Amino acid sequence: MSLKVSNLSMKFKDEFHLNDVSFEMSKGKIYTIIGRTLSGKTTLLKTIAGLTNPDSGEMSLDGVDFGAVPVWKRQVAMVYQQFINYPHLSVFENVAFPLKQRKMPRPEIDTRVRQALEQVGLQGFETRKIQALSGGQQQRVALARSLVKEANILLLDEPLVNLDYKLREQLREEFKNIFSAKASENAILIYSTTDPVEAMQLGGEIIVMDEGRILQQASAQEIYENPKTTKVAQITNDPAMNLFEGEVVDSTLVLTSSIHLDLPPHLAALPRGKYTFGIRASGITLDSDGFEFQIELAEISGSETFLHLQHAQMHVVGLLDSVQNFDIGQTVTAGIDSKSLYAFDKSENLVASPYGGTK
Amino acid sequence: MRFVYVTLKYLAVCLWSVFVIAPFLWALSTSFKDFNSVTGGATYIPWLQFEPSLEGWRVLLRSPAQGGVNIVEPYFNSIFVTCSASLISIALGTLAAYALSRFTFKAGFIKNSDITFFFISQRIMPPIVLSIPFFIMLGKLGLLDSLFGLILVYIVLLMPIAVWIMVDFFNKVPKEIDETALIDGCNPYQAFYKVVLPNSIPGLIVAGLFCMIFGWTDFFFAFILTFTEVQLLPVAIVALNSSITPWWSLSAAALVCVAPLIVVAFIVERYLSKGNLSGALK
Repeated sequence: MSLKVSNLSMKFKDEFHLNDVSFEMSKGKIYTIIGRTLSGKTTLLKTIAGLTNPDSGEMSLDGVDFGAVPVWKRQVAMVYQQFINYPHLSVFENVAFPLKQRKMPRPEIDTRVRQALEQVGLQGFETRKIQALSGGQQQRVALARSLVKEANILLLDEPLVNLDYKLREQLREEFKNIFSAKASENAILIYSTTDPVEAMQLGGEIIVMDEGRILQQASAQEIYENPKTTKVAQITNDPAMNLFEGEVVDSTLVLTSSIHLDLPPHLAALPRGKYTFGIRASGITLDSDGFEFQIELAEISGSETFLHLQHAQMHVVGLLDSVQNFDIGQTVTAGIDSKSLYAFDKSENLVASPYGGTK
Repeated sequence: MRFVYVTLKYLAVCLWSVFVIAPFLWALSTSFKDFNSVTGGATYIPWLQFEPSLEGWRVLLRSPAQGGVNIVEPYFNSIFVTCSASLISIALGTLAAYALSRFTFKAGFIKNSDITFFFISQRIMPPIVLSIPFFIMLGKLGLLDSLFGLILVYIVLLMPIAVWIMVDFFNKVPKEIDETALIDGCNPYQAFYKVVLPNSIPGLIVAGLFCMIFGWTDFFFAFILTFTEVQLLPVAIVALNSSITPWWSLSAAALVCVAPLIVVAFIVERYLSKGNLSGALK
């Protein structure tokens, strides 16, 4: 089974929600759509579900025109970022709802609902009212309802975004197992998120979107190692990849008047000239042999500290593998790992990557 | 501090209860009095010190020929007209409100909000403005002095209330609920009556209550659009008045008149509690 989307476009008040979107998805795989808010992720999912109609473009499932099928006849299921359930029904009735719509025999409904509730860890909650559940439990009900349908396409629109941090971490792990099992049932799973960590953790194939357009579609590893453009590099990294201007002069990399680095082997073949260089926060760390930077902000996150550093016109974020307090304006020395540098040309396309990818 | 706060709170509730309940007790007391007890007043204990009499209640059941005002028939007429008009108004108003809440209508400069205002504007107009057109229209249709004619007029008057309340209510029901129902296999009509409507019961109850109150208490149209064949309760009660105001029978009539609304309010009170939509969207 494969879902083929060709040249989908949708405009609203001169603003593209979808801009010439084309891709092909095959069964048994998890596809993660990553993009900032208003990048067109939800619109794309709703279009696949049939809830919005594109201005142009085509969709087909196994070669059959999919766009003309009304929503209620499409074999799709969807989980929203808000916890959408039917408040007038119990947990059991919520999950059974799509099966009752199909007029399935009662014993089969019973079996499938109980299986789905067990899958999401809600056995024993059958008679509870939705209002009596916590946010995480409500989202589990929504997920159970989408799983019980055994739909060909499962759409998950940022399902964890409204949960608190701890629960998000826990459900992310649980959901990943559920999704893998679901994908193995020959369904197409499409998961949208703004969180690069989530996208990378789910693995599978990643589609990077911005302003309604697909910027890159590749495996999680490929996106991590070879982001096609500066935008992809920023969207798929948290914190966003540091970008700064620099110049390759002879065998030296000149980033500012006082930051000169030896040209690493993967950049050696670059024609001499100006480029935009990128490096992840992990490539900049405190080093007594490094360059002087001023601390603009120090953010403690879990067991790490993100350092917002400034040197002349250069503003970067570095990473410290420990928790440490710094004063704003304090001077520290930090090193830039030149082996982790990416180079992008004037059009912001990748020309050299530490992992060997080039334009 | 907390003690003072609780005391003040209970004091305020008691004062408010007296304010709300006292008129009913006063009316109840007066309905069992006769001319002398009402005009003479009590020597020691007001409201309680009098010779009880059922005269005020008997007048409501006696025929006009026997010197009474039989309110039984007008009573059932009022119930029939109010319930029919309210139900039809809620049914039509809910459909209109759902459409106005979920679909975008545009005709030139007219948009959804303008259409909603058009409905509400029917209630802004003074009733007297509508009386002559209604009179002429019902006259031409042969529906003057008929229950059916009154129901038609009340639908026109009550539907704006239903639309106004329900548009606001549907706007608060997340659209994603309808979308989820569609994805779960409902066609748009099923999504409406299987999912949206059951989650709108508090709104329907509020709209229904308002329609019933406005329909039940209308005197103006009940008075000008009926003559001899059909009479509604408010008109029948006014007929009680004579050169000497019969406070005892007026009080009895007022209690009888307000009773159905109180019964309905008590029945639906639990549906009016907040939070029925929580769990739909968090």
